[in-house]
Amino acid sequence: MKMQPNRPESLRSWLTSHDASRRFLWGAQAGACLGDLRHGSSLGGRRQELAGRSVLVAAHDQLAASLALIELDGVARRMVICPPDIGAGQLPSVMAKSGVDAVVTDHEFGGDLLSVSATPAITQCVDQESEHLPTEWVLLSSGTSGAPKMILHNLASLTAPIDLSKNQSTDIIWGTFYDIRRYGGMQIFLRALLGTGSMILSSAGEPVADHLVRLSRHGVTHLTGTPSHWRRALMSPQAHAIAPRYVRLSGEIPDQAILNSLQAAYPDAAIGHAFASTEAGVAFEVNDDLAGFPAEFLGVRGDVEMKIENDTLHIRSNRIAKRYLDGEHGVLADGQGFVDTGDVVELREGRYYFLGRKNGVINVGGMKVYPEEVEAVINRHPAVRMSMVRSRKNFITGALVCADVVLKEGSEAPDLNNEVLEICRQNLPPHKVPATIRCVAALEVAAAGKLVRPRA
Amino acid sequence: MSIQSTIVSQIEQIRGGAKKDLPALTDDLVLLDSGLDSLGIAVLVTRLEDVLGLDPFTESDITTPPVTLGEFIRVYENAAKPS
Repeated sequence: MKMQPNRPESLRSWLTSHDASRRFLWGAQAGACLGDLRHGSSLGGRRQELAGRSVLVAAHDQLAASLALIELDGVARRMVICPPDIGAGQLPSVMAKSGVDAVVTDHEFGGDLLSVSATPAITQCVDQESEHLPTEWVLLSSGTSGAPKMILHNLASLTAPIDLSKNQSTDIIWGTFYDIRRYGGMQIFLRALLGTGSMILSSAGEPVADHLVRLSRHGVTHLTGTPSHWRRALMSPQAHAIAPRYVRLSGEIPDQAILNSLQAAYPDAAIGHAFASTEAGVAFEVNDDLAGFPAEFLGVRGDVEMKIENDTLHIRSNRIAKRYLDGEHGVLADGQGFVDTGDVVELREGRYYFLGRKNGVINVGGMKVYPEEVEAVINRHPAVRMSMVRSRKNFITGALVCADVVLKEGSEAPDLNNEVLEICRQNLPPHKVPATIRCVAALEVAAAGKLVRPRA
Repeated sequence: MSIQSTIVSQIEQIRGGAKKDLPALTDDLVLLDSGLDSLGIAVLVTRLEDVLGLDPFTESDITTPPVTLGEFIRVYENAAKPS
């Protein structure tokens, strides 16, 4: 049996017990040396005031938020982690439901709660050590409508997917297109902290080209994002400024086209995709350059157990979240501890392929169509960078499938409609072939890095 | 292009993908014998909405659906008339 290295008790204790003097977190404006946390703080020496509290981490600046998370883990009773795009209107209910009694922020917040300034810099100060608390981490996940889901994790569940015997090379520079306050970005943040390298943070609203230049300047080696993030990056001339050794996709279904495009753009990189959700955690990683996953992944593999029920992937593991903080989103896992991911899969020749989201299905005359399965076929056209399939009302069949397509930069396809239709007809049954195909300049990608899909 | 020729050309395009022996597109041809099944007609209506800017089937209440190609064309011609 392989010896398991020690797991971290808290992030700060982990970092201060290792040499972090040459390790950095770089934001868009500033950077911070992780080694400075040993005798310094980004919270101006006020960390102890937050001990035992339920703290809303609401800094706009991602570096300030990152440092606050490191310092408060093991100190606060609970951290409620706001992504940068959370609506001000949603905050009061989030705070009430999570019993927030203190705020860490870098802007005027209002209200009369205890408020501590978060800064993107570590200054020398003496802060008393407090008793270790197993801090609850609350991640907010944009629900399909209305209030965000509040998903309760802890450091153990968040770091369970991380193999501490891997990625311990000091020259690793992590980067992600995600914000670290979302599960996909958080995974990379924690891999960076528990490893021995440094990390380049993203920055809300920063143009992709500027982000790529920054990644290049710091010499990114391990870079991650959703397929939409990656498609957008590959549309930038600056995509060639970076030369990552490891490219990782998660958060959306990666189709073969994007895997091939990344292989062509970064021939020296290992390319992998991970299946993860905020609720279910990381379930598996696929590293054979192919879309989908091998059927033998089902059943028990290490700490993770997967099964297919009603064509949908169900996961049980030590990485899944504890529960939803409020009852309105239902129960996170069933009686046996399985999370229904809502992702529909299909078995083809010994491999499972993701068809799409159970709740995104388009009903064409009683037959189901998952937008993602049609998009995966459309994206095979060599001139297509990305596509989005949506539902369109129809008085005969109730709905029809229509597609919006973005061309690759510099590509011309005068007969695109017919060519795409032909690929679809050859690979899909008639009800899944788009009735119309429209070329658009861009498709909207949400802050979480996923295509913005219209609600049917 | 007239409404009639637009409809005929759209049907040709949709049938083109189906590749089988197809009857001539005359006015008295029963629509469901044209080589289009109900899905094909649904696609036709959607494409005509894009090309002609008309969707007479959802925008008005047609009580007797068109059976022949001629009747189908008439529905569009009537919908295009200024009211």
